[in-house]
Amino acid sequence: MNTHEKNLGQLAAPDIDSIPDLLAQAGIPTQELPDLKGSARCFLIDAGLWGSVAAMMAKNSMRWCAVWGEHCLPEIYVTAAFAARNGHLLFRAIVADDQGELPSQTPFFPAANRPERYLQEMFGIRFTNHPDPRRWMRHQAWNENQYPLRKDFPRAGTPLEETPPDSDYPFIPAEGQGVYEIPVGPVHAGIIESGHFRFQAMGEDILSLEEHLGYVHKGIEKCAEGRDVEGLARLAARVSGDSTVGHAWAACQACEYAVGITIPQRALVIRAILAESERIANHLGDIGACCNDVGFTFAQIQFSRLRELWQRQNAAVFGHRLLMDVVVPGGVSRDILAAQESLLRKGIETLHRELETLLPLLYENPSLQDRLRTTGVLSPAKARERGVLGYIARASGESWDLRRDAPYTPYQRKAITVPCYTEGDCRRRVQVRGDEILVSLNLLVTLLSDLPSGEVVKTLPPVTRDCSGVGFIEGWRGEIIVYVHLEAGGRVARYFPRDPSWLNWPGLEEMIGGVIVPDFPVCNKSVNGSYSGHDL
Amino acid sequence: MFSILRKIVKTGHLTEKLPTHDRAVAQLSTTCQTEIMRVFGKSLSIRMVDAGSCNGCELEMNALNNSFYDIERFGIHFVASPRHADLLLVTGPVSRHMQAALKRTYDAMPAPKLVIAMGDCGADGGEFGVSYASCGAVANVIPVDAVIRGCPPTPVQLLQGILELLQRF
Ligand code: SF4
Repeated sequence: MNTHEKNLGQLAAPDIDSIPDLLAQAGIPTQELPDLKGSARCFLIDAGLWGSVAAMMAKNSMRWCAVWGEHCLPEIYVTAAFAARNGHLLFRAIVADDQGELPSQTPFFPAANRPERYLQEMFGIRFTNHPDPRRWMRHQAWNENQYPLRKDFPRAGTPLEETPPDSDYPFIPAEGQGVYEIPVGPVHAGIIESGHFRFQAMGEDILSLEEHLGYVHKGIEKCAEGRDVEGLARLAARVSGDSTVGHAWAACQACEYAVGITIPQRALVIRAILAESERIANHLGDIGACCNDVGFTFAQIQFSRLRELWQRQNAAVFGHRLLMDVVVPGGVSRDILAAQESLLRKGIETLHRELETLLPLLYENPSLQDRLRTTGVLSPAKARERGVLGYIARASGESWDLRRDAPYTPYQRKAITVPCYTEGDCRRRVQVRGDEILVSLNLLVTLLSDLPSGEVVKTLPPVTRDCSGVGFIEGWRGEIIVYVHLEAGGRVARYFPRDPSWLNWPGLEEMIGGVIVPDFPVCNKSVNGSYSGHDL
Repeated sequence: MFSILRKIVKTGHLTEKLPTHDRAVAQLSTTCQTEIMRVFGKSLSIRMVDAGSCNGCELEMNALNNSFYDIERFGIHFVASPRHADLLLVTGPVSRHMQAALKRTYDAMPAPKLVIAMGDCGADGGEFGVSYASCGAVANVIPVDAVIRGCPPTPVQLLQGILELLQRF
């Protein structure tokens, strides 16, 4: 199968510049909004057309990415993001903050399901025609008439001394003879994050899985309000610890767009070096862990060893094993000196050599492959419907990658190979990770050779008036989107991070029907959604 | 099969002594087993709970199991059930949505039991603090015996923190 057949999703999407004409042809009046800075084009539309726009986007094979709100008394601004083949498009509608209503986009894009429910409970906007009226993020810490992201809701809220457990979430029951239910979590058996899975099973086979997340919701967006940009970057670095570089970069990029500053080239190249290093570390860990979940401990031992060496190199070169707080507004906090550069080069070479022996060992091991092949299949059709991202999409025929499709500095003019397979099983999700490590290692070599001289950080100019920006970064899990609104004076009025996990978690539910109960861990690991990145 | 064995032999033994440049830590490594022996009778079982972390702390906790640190050599294991646990290792600020689950896990542990709050978040709420959604420090929800700071603490700091707590008993 050639790459074209493999990558239908991205290639079928239209060119970003053709959209205004498409909108005009469809009779949708728009007004281009110049004040949302960044690489995306933004249009203001009438709230009543919110659903029609989605229908039109779906008809034209656009990908649904995100929706977020902002309370600007007495209105709520709602913005949705869509991806074209080579860039992003934003639509904004304005509704009143009391009784605000929008037609749901979920009927056209199932990916919008949970994000719209989240918006409903954080702002009190009602989505008409939404197929699922249940709450999503809210458990028992606030009640259904309270909307934490409204400006009149105090950060402290009005919580009880003890928040009761959320024991009455209305799961969809399965019925029939011999069907039984397995509740798992929020506290899991291993060293992992907290969340709840509800399985309906019959014998060994899982009939369906329903996720109930939100357990680690700690109010990140509210917590961002009133911070300065440095404080925002520190918070963004902790949206999901494994994606600290990706999230910090996306947040800083949004701020830098907003204030209109170009940061030093050397800083951007170092950011990319950090981002590729983060991708490599996480993929190494995941490959080992996936193999471990089917009992192939050899791989776990070997890949956790490589990950540890890589993390030590991070500490030696950048001062932090996970690379936290290296990306800062205006650039990076650490330069790469000559000695560290040679350390990095040596590390890259060593890892390359190791993987040349190790990866084929995994790919050619029949008992391992036998366990991974056809396990947890996400079909290309489902992948597209759910709008999954990153390695999950690439294992299921959709090879979206912003570094190639809508490149930001320094990825322009870099040859970026994006692996793509169509089987959509655990084996391919492992293999995509292996392929991506090799691509990143090559990229690292190029980036190091291209490292321009000069400063690594520039001070942001004082913020004299309201400004906002949207950042797009290809994190190791997939596309990260961040919206930042700064007030005059430089304080954060609104921060919204869209981790890829929002779209990837539903993908896990889709691949689990027919999987045997003992294979759930490997499927879950092969997806590796971030609970924290989703729960915020 | 042979290539796997060859790789295993070539990789060799990687487990490291705890950093010897720090004499206090080096000593901890030797006293550790005696302490575990004395306090808990041969081994220490840890149950971890993510009460709202960013997952950075979990990554470093997981690293304790890799060949370099190999925490099991000290008789320390991570266990699946709080009923088997001597020590509760809690990460994150405690989200309000996890408050009940954390308390229940704590209550399910047999006495004597110890609690460590891991990371700056566990210590004082870290970047997230106290809010409508977060209770902040672990100590705001259950009694805490020791705090291991860092964001996240490195595997060595984590090991050191656990051993120091054991020595207090
Ligand atoms: S201490 Fe740091 S690494 Fe640990 S959970 Fe908090 S933010 Fe994440």
